[in-house]
Amino acid sequence: MRLDDPHEEARRVLRLCNVCNYCNGYCEMFRAAERHRTFSDGELATLAHLCHNCRNCWQACQYAPPHPFAVNVPLVLAELRLLSQAELAWPRPLGHLGLLSLVVTLLPPLLVLLLVPIEVLFAAHAGPGAFYRVIPWSVMSLAAALPLGWSALALAVGLVRFWRAGGNSTGAEMRAAAPEAIRDAILLRNLDGGGAGCDDGNGPLSFRRKYAHHLVFAGFLLCLASTSVATVYHHLLGLEAPYPMLSLPVVLGSLGGVGLIAGSLGLLALKRGADPAPIAPAAQESGQLLLLQLLAMAASGLLLLALRDGPAMGILLALHLGTVLSFFVALPHGKFAHAPYRAAALLRAALERRNNER
Amino acid sequence: MPQPVPTSVLMDSRDVVVVGGGTAALCAAISARRKGATVTLLDQAPPDQRGGNTRHSRNLRIMHSAPSPLFPGSYDETDFHADLVKAAEGKGNEALGRILIRGSAELPDWLAAQGVVFQTIACGGLPWSRKTAFFLGGGKAMINTLYATAARLRIMVHHNCRVTTLAPDGQVSLNDENGGKRTIRARAVVVASGGYQANPVWLAERWGDDAAALVVRGTPFAAGDPLRALFDLGAASVGSPGACHLVAVDARLAEADGGIVTRVDGVELGMVIDRDGNRFEDETSITGPTRYAQWGRRVAALPGAIAHAVWDAEAIDRTPPAILEPIRADSLETLAGLLAIPVTTLAAAATASGRVNQPPFFTVPIRPGITFTCHGVRVDERARVVTPDGLPLGCLYAAGMIMAPNVIGTGYLAGAALTIGAVFGRIAGEEAANHALG
Repeated sequence: MRLDDPHEEARRVLRLCNVCNYCNGYCEMFRAAERHRTFSDGELATLAHLCHNCRNCWQACQYAPPHPFAVNVPLVLAELRLLSQAELAWPRPLGHLGLLSLVVTLLPPLLVLLLVPIEVLFAAHAGPGAFYRVIPWSVMSLAAALPLGWSALALAVGLVRFWRAGGNSTGAEMRAAAPEAIRDAILLRNLDGGGAGCDDGNGPLSFRRKYAHHLVFAGFLLCLASTSVATVYHHLLGLEAPYPMLSLPVVLGSLGGVGLIAGSLGLLALKRGADPAPIAPAAQESGQLLLLQLLAMAASGLLLLALRDGPAMGILLALHLGTVLSFFVALPHGKFAHAPYRAAALLRAALERRNNER
Repeated sequence: MPQPVPTSVLMDSRDVVVVGGGTAALCAAISARRKGATVTLLDQAPPDQRGGNTRHSRNLRIMHSAPSPLFPGSYDETDFHADLVKAAEGKGNEALGRILIRGSAELPDWLAAQGVVFQTIACGGLPWSRKTAFFLGGGKAMINTLYATAARLRIMVHHNCRVTTLAPDGQVSLNDENGGKRTIRARAVVVASGGYQANPVWLAERWGDDAAALVVRGTPFAAGDPLRALFDLGAASVGSPGACHLVAVDARLAEADGGIVTRVDGVELGMVIDRDGNRFEDETSITGPTRYAQWGRRVAALPGAIAHAVWDAEAIDRTPPAILEPIRADSLETLAGLLAIPVTTLAAAATASGRVNQPPFFTVPIRPGITFTCHGVRVDERARVVTPDGLPLGCLYAAGMIMAPNVIGTGYLAGAALTIGAVFGRIAGEEAANHALG
């Protein structure tokens, strides 16, 4: 009974879910779906991003295959998330994201090997400005700004289109709903499985996925803070990297790196051996790619920190730069995009919830 | 050359064997195991359809003295008793009814101790219900949890087992999934296999040809073989042969296991006609939570056990959501053609209803859907199956819908079926373990 077109399949399934309602304790997706009698493509994209892929509803569904109604909510919503992100973003996605990421990661190390004299690249540099003696600051900044700008544009265009297609709202409504949405995004309330924990496909319900995600998210924010502080140091205080071990950028970045590594490994482990039935293979691959990118970014950063006083600093710096660039290039079309889209979906849900209560 | 299947293989020897795979069976098995008995559970369904009709359920009726995270109000013994007596039309056993009501109060804690999670009011999404507690994710989520608990307690679970014969001394005969005949010796047996709502041959004893028109709403494995086996042994009967709970369902969804999403609702906004095109009821007079059941009974009584709901363009948008789109007809003539009804009859019915005016028109065919049968075995206060003289029938116990008419007659009370399963499942399991461990 499953339909080929993901939008039509989602309409069929959510229509059934709205009659049944048994899963509405699990997450906001079901409670938001109940507020609709019909579903436009934009509304479906919002609902798809409300799903945190906890898969409790898959385990609990009395209509899951082999039942002829063949209800599989997490699968169709994962397919819709990918589809909507690809359709909404502008510029449109580049193909072969995994291969592209690998090439971009390896490009800076190759370039420094080709372009930087060996005696400079493999010399031990010390003191402020040590990094920039291998790769000039202007080159590094430009290399980062170009892919980040391109990605930020694609993500921003996608988000605006996503928000407009999801429904109508005023600025005042958005501001009023924002605190709830931010709370839901930061606390991952929809990964609580209604209080029971979530089915990560590896046995009993647990909060493992939520905690691992918290680690990744916190690690990412700490790394972002580290970079921001370093920018302030560089431009306002005139202090050049590398910074001392006990400086704010290094402490924040180190903690962030450890969080990213621990959380990413945790999430990757949970993906292994999970029941494949409610999982869209493309979504799984995209999630794995992001986790590998975050791992590579954190590990190369920590390695650079550990060996920065020695002759390997130059090549490690280039490698770390490569991992960051690869992350930037994949940003709008990979798994990372789920973060802003989901935040927008949570805002939409909070907004509709408030309107509904009035 | 395939090996000839031996006529009967001794499969196992256990303290307690539980026949069935839903709430009552699991509660009995877990309770018996926690008393120290070795337990085997025999379910007729394959693993992916385990759980009997509990898979399609959502809530339990619970007595409780004060509001709590699960209940927005209180529901005391007097309230519950009044509801039970009304539903049973006074035909329930008073002592067993009291056991049910008082036992219900323990269920939230006991089920939580087995890992079951309830949906709190704070979770959002719940209909306001003072009297019933809701499983988070519904009955299948609870069933999954109880099977996981059973596995952890090392209760042996066999699926695809059709129990054919029971004996007062605890011998259980069954056909396994390959058609092989097997027997298990038990010191005590709990029969928790529900009714025979999925057995049209048995239902035909009461319903005649119309039995084939009844849509099985729940598990297709409720054929009632263990119940028949108990009657064959001389168990006393309760309830009424062929009596059952019926609900109006969409006739286009006639496969078993449709559960709650195939119900037809909102007919008071339009009209309901029989196969000849005549109305037979003031549609607006049937309201409240029992409206599905009231329509189910009425449609079952019609010639051919079929009816058609009809709405006009103005009403259709106000009908509650349904999983299938209604069938559309641009004019009364087209609709009459679709339903093979004289257009004059249809037009007269539409005019008389006063609610079917504006084309296009929409229609849904309605069948009676059968939820469960109200005919089972009599039990005593220890859940022992008894003979008409009131004497226990060997080491046989019963729990769940197979003995529900003891407390609720042929009536229906939302959430009571699961409460009966859980309360008497626990009692039967503990009593069976006590008997077995002597």
